Amino acid sequence: MNPAWAIAVPLAGSALIAATGKVPNLREAVTLVTALVLVSVVASIVPDVLAGARPQAVLTEVLPELALRLEVEPLGMMFALVASSLWIVNSIYSIGYMRGNREAHQTRFYVCFAIALGSTMGVAFAGNLLTLFVFYEMLTLSTYPLVTHKETREAIQGGRTYLGVLIGTSIAFLLLGILWTWQVAGTLEFTPGGILAGKTGNAATGLLLALYMFGIGKAALMPFHRWLPAAMVAPTPVSALLHAVAVVKAGVFSVVKVIVYVFGVESLSGMKSVDWLPFVAGFTIIVASIVALRSDNLKRRLAYSTVSQLSYVVLAAALLTPISVIGAALHIVAHALGKITLFFAAGAIYTAAHKTEVSELAGIGRRMPWTMGAFAVGALSMIGLPPFAGFLSKWYILQAAVGGGQTVAVAVIVASTLLNAGYFLPIVYDAFFRAPAHGGHNSEHGEAPLPILIAQTLTAGGTVALFFFPDLFLALARQLAGG
Amino acid sequence: MIAIHFPALQVVVPLLAAPLCVIVRNARAAWLIALAVSWAMLYVATGLLAEALSAGVISYRLGSWAPPWGIEYRVDPVNGLLLVLVSFVGAVVMTFSRASVDHEVPRSQHHLFYAAYLLCLSGLLGIAVTGDAFNIFVFLEISSLATYILIAMGRDRRALTASYQYLIMGTIGATFIVIGIGLLYLMTGTLNLADLAQRVPQVEHTRPVLAALAFLTVGISLKLALFPLHLWLPNAYAYAPSMVTAFVAATATKVAVYLLLRFFFTVFGASFVLEQVQVPAILLVLSLAAMFVASTVAIYQDDLKRMLAYSSVAQIGYITLGVSTASATGLTATLVHLLNHGVTKGALFLLLGCMALRVDRVTIASIRGIGRTMPLTTFGVVLGGFSLIGVPTTVGFVSKWYLVLAALERGWWWLAVLILLSSLLAVVYMWRVVEAAYFKEPAPRARKVTEAPLSMLLPAWALVAACIYFGLDTRLTVGVATQAAQLLMGGTP
Repeated sequence: MNPAWAIAVPLAGSALIAATGKVPNLREAVTLVTALVLVSVVASIVPDVLAGARPQAVLTEVLPELALRLEVEPLGMMFALVASSLWIVNSIYSIGYMRGNREAHQTRFYVCFAIALGSTMGVAFAGNLLTLFVFYEMLTLSTYPLVTHKETREAIQGGRTYLGVLIGTSIAFLLLGILWTWQVAGTLEFTPGGILAGKTGNAATGLLLALYMFGIGKAALMPFHRWLPAAMVAPTPVSALLHAVAVVKAGVFSVVKVIVYVFGVESLSGMKSVDWLPFVAGFTIIVASIVALRSDNLKRRLAYSTVSQLSYVVLAAALLTPISVIGAALHIVAHALGKITLFFAAGAIYTAAHKTEVSELAGIGRRMPWTMGAFAVGALSMIGLPPFAGFLSKWYILQAAVGGGQTVAVAVIVASTLLNAGYFLPIVYDAFFRAPAHGGHNSEHGEAPLPILIAQTLTAGGTVALFFFPDLFLALARQLAGG
Repeated sequence: MIAIHFPALQVVVPLLAAPLCVIVRNARAAWLIALAVSWAMLYVATGLLAEALSAGVISYRLGSWAPPWGIEYRVDPVNGLLLVLVSFVGAVVMTFSRASVDHEVPRSQHHLFYAAYLLCLSGLLGIAVTGDAFNIFVFLEISSLATYILIAMGRDRRALTASYQYLIMGTIGATFIVIGIGLLYLMTGTLNLADLAQRVPQVEHTRPVLAALAFLTVGISLKLALFPLHLWLPNAYAYAPSMVTAFVAATATKVAVYLLLRFFFTVFGASFVLEQVQVPAILLVLSLAAMFVASTVAIYQDDLKRMLAYSSVAQIGYITLGVSTASATGLTATLVHLLNHGVTKGALFLLLGCMALRVDRVTIASIRGIGRTMPLTTFGVVLGGFSLIGVPTTVGFVSKWYLVLAALERGWWWLAVLILLSSLLAVVYMWRVVEAAYFKEPAPRARKVTEAPLSMLLPAWALVAACIYFGLDTRLTVGVATQAAQLLMGGTP
């Protein structure tokens, strides 16, 4: 099937959602149907890609010899598959959450969500840097109204940081990097082995890599990570799908894509000037974990955990070996499943108990066993324990780090695993084994609404399922690493 | 065959229609005349551009007098492009104007208003189409005088001082230009541009020719509001009637830029201006100053028309920056941005006209919460803002692409960085508007307003759609601009 459908379906869906905004049931049905159609479109491309084909589509030729072009390769396939299937789950969740919390402007919410998903598909299937950039910016702009959804002063402030960092880095660094690449290589098409291989010297390559790594602000490398905690003012479904999956994964996805298809893993590994990247990624992993450890607000803790986990992908890609690239690709999937589960649980707690702080959660596991059970699954996957998906990707990354003799990387991974355990396990422990602090003086509450429970059970189950059945994603990741 | 006379008709029709408007003394009839003439001129201009693109240069002898004795009208891809821009904006703005002018100009003056508009249109098209230096000055005066009248018709009494300010500055500019032309005539004995192009190189190092270049550069820079000669522009744009602001912002400065290009590249020659005289260095510094200073000032404006006026000064900086890179790519960027910025600013000022219809003075305070009551207008402003910022898939991105590329080609990394950084300033001033329109509690007046009538929304959105369309399909704009840039760099047409 033509990959352009993956973009057209959500965009058409957004128009229909806008048209049916007056009838909430119909509107939400349209959202769900759109998500289902999108998944079937994306899934229909999988066999072709597995067989080695690279489905293409030219959207329009914007500049002479530079078209907006789609081309599906293994990494994009993985990303699109994860984002689109989680959209279904997230839509079920959104219905429960938005109605449960009586949020305003729900039509705008669903419209922007659909556009954001369309942009995500565009990022995933982009055939060249220009196309990637176009959809990358579209994703930023379409998620802005979602971040500022509540229209409070805090939301506007968060929106400013969000837009300021993402647009700022993308125009000042990423666009410059793209133009530089165009100037040097004469092409922007993603090509196995890289288009810059042999075209730039040592120093230029290091500088160009910096432009890309910091220009892709969505990957949240420090010091350009501030937008992610700022985005937490959004309703939880937004944080769950967009700021744990679609937007942030678009960032690290672009990072891996640039390293594999623009620079080329082999040509980079010969350069001295790119050695700084593992250190920046390692620094981000550790520092963000420490900040997470010290955050009492649950969503903020999850956001900093995301910042830290994103850098796992960057670190893995920066190790520049085939196994580490497999680890990077798998971590995109594994972290997506685990983190969306955690956010679902956080939103469930907010909807049912109106609690946002970690310190308020003692004993909550007795009232909300399903929610905290899902939370526990997500947390264990984040730490990287079997039988959860997080173990798989960490295994590959660690294997690459040990095999390459990268002591710093190994140390970072070990330390961050301990930190992960340090900021997630107490929550789980307190929830189940400690009595509520004030003897439950606030109003009684039970579990969250049913759609929310269904959604978080599905993603928690997915985390386990991916551990036992990783074949599809592993096959795609191997194709990516094999060139 | 009437098409043979298109170059003359381009000027003569609006020139004759202007007194007709005065004679009929009827608001509706005058509007209809101006509307019909505007669309007819667009038809003529596209015909001329198409022929110039296929056949090369069109030369038309006014009154059949052979050049260089008679006046020659001469259309090549460069001014063909400009004719299309001016008449296209004219046609769209005229379609838009009725409800807006009804609201902002006393009905008893409508016929005079439309007459002045037609004179202005005629003057601007005349500057573009003519191949005669003194003729340029004549049309420049026609268009300028008409513009002073149009600006003075603004409802705010400050429109009078704004117009007077522009009159003083504009007259100084025009005087400098006529001095420059006089010096050239003194040295070469001809006023025909093509003829001048032949003869100037023989005397190019004499002092009067250098003085002519200086006078022309400064004079034209006044008209195109090159920083720091832009002081007349913010007030003129802010207090003129909405429709006038849209028309003048999208066309007048662009025509002045064309004049600069015509004198630099056709008359004096690329190698003389770019290599032997230090023009690019001066332009570079002033353009950068415009980009940063004017954008920064725009951030602190409360009146939206003033804000966009300062933004125009900054955008003119981008246009002249392309010239200062002294390369074909840079010139392509200049020409593309000339079109793109014309369309973008036209769209934005028309949309502000829609808002002005409902809230009178469009300020950050008066448009609070207007995103709910005028959703189409506000969303159009957002899209126009994207184009000013240079978000991909808008025309602004295409211009910026070529501009940065031109800088990189020269190896000027710092310039590429500065261009991109300056576009972040546009994010700041446009986002103040977005936040006010969507997130602030509605001002008392903004709560009651309704969406603008379709007769205004459709033309405005036509320009917004053009901002997106030409951002995705650049075959026409970039194609013609590349051809025109090569023509200019190559020397005489």
